[in-house]
Amino acid sequence: MSAGMRIIVGCKRVIDYAVKVRVKPDKTGVVTEGVKHSMNPFDEIAVEEAVRLKEKKIASEIVVASCGPQQCQETLRTALAMGADRAVHVLVEPKDFAVMQPIHVSKILAKLAVDEKADLILLGKQAIDDDCNQTGQMVAALLDWPQATFASKVEKDGDSLTVTREIDGGLETIKVSLPAVVTSDLRLNEPRYATLPNIMKAKKKPLATKKPGDFDVEIKSTQEILSVEDPPVREAGQKVESVEELMEKLKEAGFVKS
Amino acid sequence: MFRSVARISSALKQNKLQNHLFQKWSECAVVTQTRNVSEESKSFGLNLFRGQAHGEQVFPFPEVLNEEQRDNLQMFADQTAKFFEEQNDALKNDLLETVEPETMEGLKALGAFGLQVPVELDGLGLTNTQYARLVEIVGAHDLGVGIVLGAHQSIGFKGILLFGNDEQKQKYLPKLAAGENIAAFCLTEPASGSDAGSIKTRAVLSDDGKHYILNGSKIWISNGGLAEIFTVFAQTPVTDKNGDTKDKVTAFIVERSYGGVTNGAPEKKMGIKCSNTAEVYFEDVKIPVENVLGGEGGGFKVAMNILNNGRFGMVAALAGTMRYCVHKAVDHAGSRVQFGKSIHTFGTIQEKIAQMAIRHYVAESMAYMISANMDQGFKDFQIEAAIGKIYASEGAWYCADEAIQILGGMGFMRDCGIERVMRDLRIFRIFEGTNDILRLFVALTGIQYAGKHLKDVQKALKNPIGNIGTVVGFAGKMAKRKLGASTGVDLHNDSNVNPELQDAAKKASKAIEHFGGTIDQLLIKYGKNIMHEQMVLNRVAEAAIDIYGMVCVLSRASRSLSTNVASASTESAMCQTFCEEASVRVETNLNIAVSDRNMKTFRTLSTISDEVIKHGGCVQEHPLGF
Ligand SMILES: Cc1cc2nc3c(=O)[nH]c(=O)nc-3n(C[C@H](O)[C@H](O)[C@H](O)COP(=O)(O)OP(=O)(O)OC[C@H]3O[C@@H](n4cnc5c(N)ncnc54)[C@H](O)[C@@H]3O)c2cc1C
Repeated sequence: MSAGMRIIVGCKRVIDYAVKVRVKPDKTGVVTEGVKHSMNPFDEIAVEEAVRLKEKKIASEIVVASCGPQQCQETLRTALAMGADRAVHVLVEPKDFAVMQPIHVSKILAKLAVDEKADLILLGKQAIDDDCNQTGQMVAALLDWPQATFASKVEKDGDSLTVTREIDGGLETIKVSLPAVVTSDLRLNEPRYATLPNIMKAKKKPLATKKPGDFDVEIKSTQEILSVEDPPVREAGQKVESVEELMEKLKEAGFVKS
Repeated sequence: MFRSVARISSALKQNKLQNHLFQKWSECAVVTQTRNVSEESKSFGLNLFRGQAHGEQVFPFPEVLNEEQRDNLQMFADQTAKFFEEQNDALKNDLLETVEPETMEGLKALGAFGLQVPVELDGLGLTNTQYARLVEIVGAHDLGVGIVLGAHQSIGFKGILLFGNDEQKQKYLPKLAAGENIAAFCLTEPASGSDAGSIKTRAVLSDDGKHYILNGSKIWISNGGLAEIFTVFAQTPVTDKNGDTKDKVTAFIVERSYGGVTNGAPEKKMGIKCSNTAEVYFEDVKIPVENVLGGEGGGFKVAMNILNNGRFGMVAALAGTMRYCVHKAVDHAGSRVQFGKSIHTFGTIQEKIAQMAIRHYVAESMAYMISANMDQGFKDFQIEAAIGKIYASEGAWYCADEAIQILGGMGFMRDCGIERVMRDLRIFRIFEGTNDILRLFVALTGIQYAGKHLKDVQKALKNPIGNIGTVVGFAGKMAKRKLGASTGVDLHNDSNVNPELQDAAKKASKAIEHFGGTIDQLLIKYGKNIMHEQMVLNRVAEAAIDIYGMVCVLSRASRSLSTNVASASTESAMCQTFCEEASVRVETNLNIAVSDRNMKTFRTLSTISDEVIKHGGCVQEHPLGF
């Protein structure tokens, strides 16, 4: 692998993290029309990591991929502006998109990785919209590749990667042989801004449009959404004057044994 | 000291000085026009002074971005907003009185220093409308950074973009676009502010004719302490056709590296503290003759054109500030409970929020109307740009003030953020043409244009038979006005005005007719001397601002109604309310402008001011006698 790794990075288009998400009146989902979208922040971290690997000459080519509606191309352009080389947009029709699940995306990415002879698939650990945290793991399983999820540090070490993972209560360092799947955690890096000159330059980078069928994937609903609900509204708190009063209230509410 | 004040005020009364003043002033009004105001100007603002509603620029609401420009802009806007939300810390910049170095580097990398530099010269080549959209984001987050960027590209090197020859552009623009070099605009001097023609900084040709030697000092120069490249205005001796030599203003591109360029310490200011403001001194600076910008003696025109071409950006930035203020006010009004109710349910708060939203709607519509007109290639937008600058800077002040009021004590606190905005905003009514000067500019530029037309009528009257059309047309108009009938302005019948807004459009039509009639009356009454009647001119300007505002929102709301966007009904309501209130103001102002009784009041005001000046302060004794 002296020529440098070929990396595939997944870029999901999600509702921007700063947007106050509203549930649709019919409770089938959330309002997405006219709402600001951007790249899933964890995917941004994955793109940044790939670009850094390329800057260190550890990687030779970065292909970014996104599955979803036409507007995903904006997300991909942002990734290209950050430093990716090519983009693959898997255009998913609205009716299919409505029922698309991580398993479908995993199958598409796995096939893409084989087609592209990728050495590494870098994904966000989860998307901030559905919080599924499944795609990286499923891609690894489909390909039978090793996985290193929740990475906070990635280092190349011969034909393998040394990955530091954030786990409950500490860090775990593991070694995975390539090809592999890595998913990024929040502290892996701080992604750069796509600068305006680079956005212009990115317009000249290739962006291929494909269909799920090109990857032998059929998007079929595997589950039914029964209801999407707003989180319960937080009730107003009360101010107490003293610790004694606080204890009194806690006892009253049954949080402390009297 | 009292005596010296008295002397100045009595000198001011002497016609000689006053005439000199106004000659300078009217020169400024004329030069500022990008080209000679032609009879056939397409400008809505100019033709308003002839009582006409020229719709070409304003209806329908212009859409100038092609698909690619729109796509690019959307991505640019997203990334710019992201940068300002995540990286820039306005309160910290304010406290440090400088832009944090990391942020500055980030802005350079972002491309923010070369937004309108052509792509071939390493800029982003943005249109005016695209530029407006990005500086709107800057204005919503940090006006201080806005001035760092604006002093650099909106005025600092704009002269090179507008007037530079190919060599000058190739030599300077790439590094300026990258932010590798920072630019500044050096016009103001200790004794020359609004009266820019009176500058004393001087440049004379060296004996070998290869250099100009520049001497003088400038004050309050934004980026003055950071800049490497300066656009400097200086007097140079210019010999005319008759062999007479006179000092005329010439613009120069000056590099700090020439030597002899120094600057003072950063000024301590009320607001936009993170922007550097400093004195700049030039001592025997050797400027190569190739660095004249816009021709010898053409400097005044260069300066006025730079300012005129940059104003739309300020309008857009301030529209962004207003949006921020509305947002802050709404956030608080929606959650603050007093007397058991959310405060937004009280009429007092509702009126404030609605008025803020309306003013923002007007300013935003003006900003994108002007930028679009510029992109369409119209050259006569000087009145509109000046109106926009006045309206947006005062509208933003109003919004910040009311937002603080709605927030109560919270608004007064530093951490809340609007306190800084209020301080930052104050300067926008002062620099790049004080709003007072701009009001006179709007009124006089328009009146001059109308006056030319009136002169044609006068000429025609000398040969009424040969010019029967002109004479009958004018006589008919005058007669109709006398009878209170319409002179044919019918915006309400324009197919581009949505039927729902017919009543509002009728009010605008009536205001335009009233306006045209008033201008004719003033011209007949005062002739050229109207330029001495500033209190009248200010009422005229005020009416022009309101009318332009009406037309901008009529156009914008009509578009929204016809495309049936979700906000159409609110936009319609804002448009109608603005037209309703503005038309009342227009009528009042125009009536005051021509009324004899008010003229008496104006004269009294002058007398009172003279007395106060003579006393060096308030005239009356203290009510307690000591
Ligand atoms: C923070 C800051 C940054 C600046 N940046 C720059 C810069 O980068 N480059 C630069 O060249 N300049 C800069 N300036 C200067 C600025 O443009 C001037 O302050 C402005 O033009 C007004 O001039 P002045 O302050 O001398 O006021 P004056 O012209 O002295 O005016 C004082 C008052 O008199 C009024 N007035 C003056 N003449 C008339 C008249 N004929 N009729 C009626 N009223 C009149 C004015 O409206 C004003 O209210 C900056 C100023 C500040 C404070």
